[in-house]
Amino acid sequence: MYKSSILKLKIFTLLRICAVFLTLNAFSLPVFSQETLKEGVEKKFEPSEVILEHIADSHSFHILGNTSVPLPVILYTDKGFEVFSAARFEHGKADYVGKYYTYRLINDKVNIVGANNTLLASATVLKLNSSLIDFSITRNVISMWMSILFLVIIFIAVSSAYKKRQGQAPKGLQSFMEPIILFVRDDIARPNIGYKYRRFMPLLLTIFFFIWINNLIGLVPFFPGGSNLTGNIAVTFVLALITLILVNLNGNKHYWKHIFVPADVPVWIWPLWWVIELVGIISRPFALMIRLFANITAGHIIVLSLISLIFVFKSLYIAPVSVAFVVFMDVLELLVAALQAFIFTLLTALFIGSAIEEAHH
Amino acid sequence: MELVTPEIGLVFWTTVSFLVLFFLLAKFAWKPIMGAIDDRERFIEDSLRKAEAAKDEMARLTNENEVLLKQARVERDLILHEAKKVKDQIIGDAKDAAHTEGARMIELARVEINNQKAIAMADVKNQVASLSLEIAEKVLKQQFADQAKQDELVSQLLKEVKL
Repeated sequence: MYKSSILKLKIFTLLRICAVFLTLNAFSLPVFSQETLKEGVEKKFEPSEVILEHIADSHSFHILGNTSVPLPVILYTDKGFEVFSAARFEHGKADYVGKYYTYRLINDKVNIVGANNTLLASATVLKLNSSLIDFSITRNVISMWMSILFLVIIFIAVSSAYKKRQGQAPKGLQSFMEPIILFVRDDIARPNIGYKYRRFMPLLLTIFFFIWINNLIGLVPFFPGGSNLTGNIAVTFVLALITLILVNLNGNKHYWKHIFVPADVPVWIWPLWWVIELVGIISRPFALMIRLFANITAGHIIVLSLISLIFVFKSLYIAPVSVAFVVFMDVLELLVAALQAFIFTLLTALFIGSAIEEAHH
Repeated sequence: MELVTPEIGLVFWTTVSFLVLFFLLAKFAWKPIMGAIDDRERFIEDSLRKAEAAKDEMARLTNENEVLLKQARVERDLILHEAKKVKDQIIGDAKDAAHTEGARMIELARVEINNQKAIAMADVKNQVASLSLEIAEKVLKQQFADQAKQDELVSQLLKEVKL
């Protein structure tokens, strides 16, 4: 839904009158309008293309109408680092000749092109031996940094309020945040981890608020929203990896004994047992990663699809229906945003709890 | 496929940024916030406990007061009772004394009466004796005059005399 504004605006050039129904477009003009006008032919509308483009990461941050900020491209090649602005690509229409290679933007991904237009390397996939690794400050990175700044400002303000208003009832932002913090403590950490919960509170709170805030920012269709951070597999991968490492670093004797020297299991089954346990260790954070990614991405896809309906049907009359459904979905996504943050944190607490649980038999 | 393939760049930046966020918040936000919340909870718990203790103390004091009051009442009753007893005794004693005194005075009166009576009797006896002597004198005088008459007179006189 974050990108829906661009999408909506694009069609609104064609169907300006739709603006009446979709307030979001009121402030901007479609990004691709010029293109369309130049060609003089209406491009065929491909919803899946548009949706996937908006779900994925980007090398520019769309602000308003035709304004989008090109972001820095940082490439690590086998010959060294290359740093330049994404503006050099001119929205994918130009190649950039760097110090070591010539780079081309294909589907918003940086590729190395050699002579005769042959693709030498691509930054799309996770290939560690690739001669090109893309460390660019992308839209998601910017969005994440903004959310981090936001979180730091909010919670430092809250913590200073605690210092200033010592011995008094919470007030303002502090009284808004305190029940949420207490919720994480009393309903997530304490029941799942037990009396040792205190040590894990900072991480659980950080994960909870990080996911929640970024889910919410993802719901905003225009700047400073417009990214799909928590619906990006790389982000959920890192969060799940942190959970995985944390759980296993804190595993106690009982936890490891259960994995490697299971009681009541014949010795000859142990190798099989180890394999199963290993799969268990990996699969739990893996499920966390997929769950958050899939939920947030799915929400975005549904909202974008509903908006796309207007352009697929090319009918003004479908707009109110679409908007009604989008509003419904947005409200649902508000719930999902909090729910997914809660579930991720809850399961992390649960895994920690099972790893530090004392032997009870 | 591209959608579910983590990009190394974003993995890198997310890791760095998340860890920075974690350390910033842990140091400057969570630690003071959790500390403050814990302190306040402890303070509230403490206050509740103190209030409970104060209530108990209050109840104890009230109880004590009541006990004291009851004791005082009992003591007062005892004192009153004793005072009554003393009063009764004093009245009784006084009555006894009065009785004894009365009896003694009556006794004295009786003795006096008896004395007076004895004195009176003695007086009467003296008079009777002198009267008898007079009579005897008169009889003797008569007898000297007329023997028969004298006898008659004596007997007549004797008859007349009534003691």
